[in-house]
Amino acid sequence: MSAVVKSPGFHSSELQSMLYLNGVTKSFDGFKAINNLSLDIAPGELRAIIGPNGAGKSTMMDIITGKTRPDSGEVRFRDSIDLTQYDEADIANLGIGRKFQKPTVIETLTVWENVELALAGNRSVIRALWHKLSSEQGDRINEVIKLVGLKAKTSELAGSLSHGQKQWLEIGMLIVQGPELLLVDEPAAGMTDQETMETAALLKEINREHTVVVVEHDMDFIKALDSKVTVLHEGSVLAEGRLEVVSANPRVIEVYLGR
Amino acid sequence: MLLVNDIDLYYGASQALRKVNLSAETGKVTCILGRNGVGKSSLARAITGRHPVRGGSIVLDGKDISAMAPADRARAGIAYVPQGREIFSQLTVQENLYTGYAPLKRSQRQISPEIFDLFPVLKSMLKRRGGDLSGGQQQQLAIARALITKPRLLVLDEPTEGIQPSIIKDIHNVITILRQQGEMAIVLVEQYFDFARELADYYAVMDRGEVILSGRGDEMVEEDVRRHMTV
Repeated sequence: MSAVVKSPGFHSSELQSMLYLNGVTKSFDGFKAINNLSLDIAPGELRAIIGPNGAGKSTMMDIITGKTRPDSGEVRFRDSIDLTQYDEADIANLGIGRKFQKPTVIETLTVWENVELALAGNRSVIRALWHKLSSEQGDRINEVIKLVGLKAKTSELAGSLSHGQKQWLEIGMLIVQGPELLLVDEPAAGMTDQETMETAALLKEINREHTVVVVEHDMDFIKALDSKVTVLHEGSVLAEGRLEVVSANPRVIEVYLGR
Repeated sequence: MLLVNDIDLYYGASQALRKVNLSAETGKVTCILGRNGVGKSSLARAITGRHPVRGGSIVLDGKDISAMAPADRARAGIAYVPQGREIFSQLTVQENLYTGYAPLKRSQRQISPEIFDLFPVLKSMLKRRGGDLSGGQQQQLAIARALITKPRLLVLDEPTEGIQPSIIKDIHNVITILRQQGEMAIVLVEQYFDFARELADYYAVMDRGEVILSGRGDEMVEEDVRRHMTV
């Protein structure tokens, strides 16, 4: 069975690929951090990316989000958009949200205010000063807060949240911007066992309306995601498929044993 | 002898170590194994004082060092070879070695000939800049610098990472010699399973910030350990 589950939101779409990397290479001082990497993420897919240290996971995320420009290769969003032609801010506005490993919520604002700040909109000073929320926007904020499991914490300061709750809040701050593609970097790091499982459930829920790519080390989390897995090694794809398939792959085992 | 008792370590609100216990005997090699991101380096950082622990204690030769600054721990006999080596690239090899003098009394500040017996390559490179050495040579320099402090405990964080096979063999030999001399406890953090298995008198496997499997090296069940190291 294919791991790609197309959700209702993607049925009308004629899209082939949400994200398409072909032959991407990036060197730093002669070291190929990314080496002829190809990756195809279908619309509506949930994909986990794993790999040992130095496999190129962060560089790959940097290339997709425009933080790093590849030396060669294609990076396409929604089939036709060449991401190498845009900078970080443009790419965020195109609909690619990136959740970094460390939470960066504003601790002295409430949960609600954090999500409100993240709402997409005109960012000019005058507009921002006189901004009034429409009732639809208010509904949307409440909806997102509920989605990330923080309804009971709506008016509490973000600083009072647990580490896991801060991560969920930040995921909510990305979701409220309505990205089509959500990139999530090591969300489970430092979480309790229960928070880890709840995060996997949250990302699966989010996946009903968004394409999601998650980089993680935590194998309990990866198991709970129950998605297609890509194993990176030395800057390219070593194996791809269901977790039980890649974990039985002799080359994957060798790489993880440092051989 | 090092005793780590029930330590917790946090980065902000994020918990990286959960009630970790470890002991490392003098004259023995204790290997810490596990995938990336499970807390191995955090444990090394806790032992060496690079990051504070929030609970539990760290005891070296009967003395509680949990609250001591890294420099004081170095004086107490802890030497650290960090992941990525952290050689001073603009200093010469000799100057890098001299930085190992910092925790020593003035009268003890000398490089014993044994250092060059262990690492002959360094002797011919004393005037070269650290940054001009190969990765493997830098790793040897980092170990030599640690040994100059005459440690009671040597903590090595992934000394084989990105190193060519011939130098991995040299490092293996050096660790074997240090074990035989029996003057220090050696804690070896590794992801290179075969290297660690050959050297381990004792081992501990970590996952999700906890030690989940530990025992004597000669009683290690490879299948059990491998299950926690692979995906």
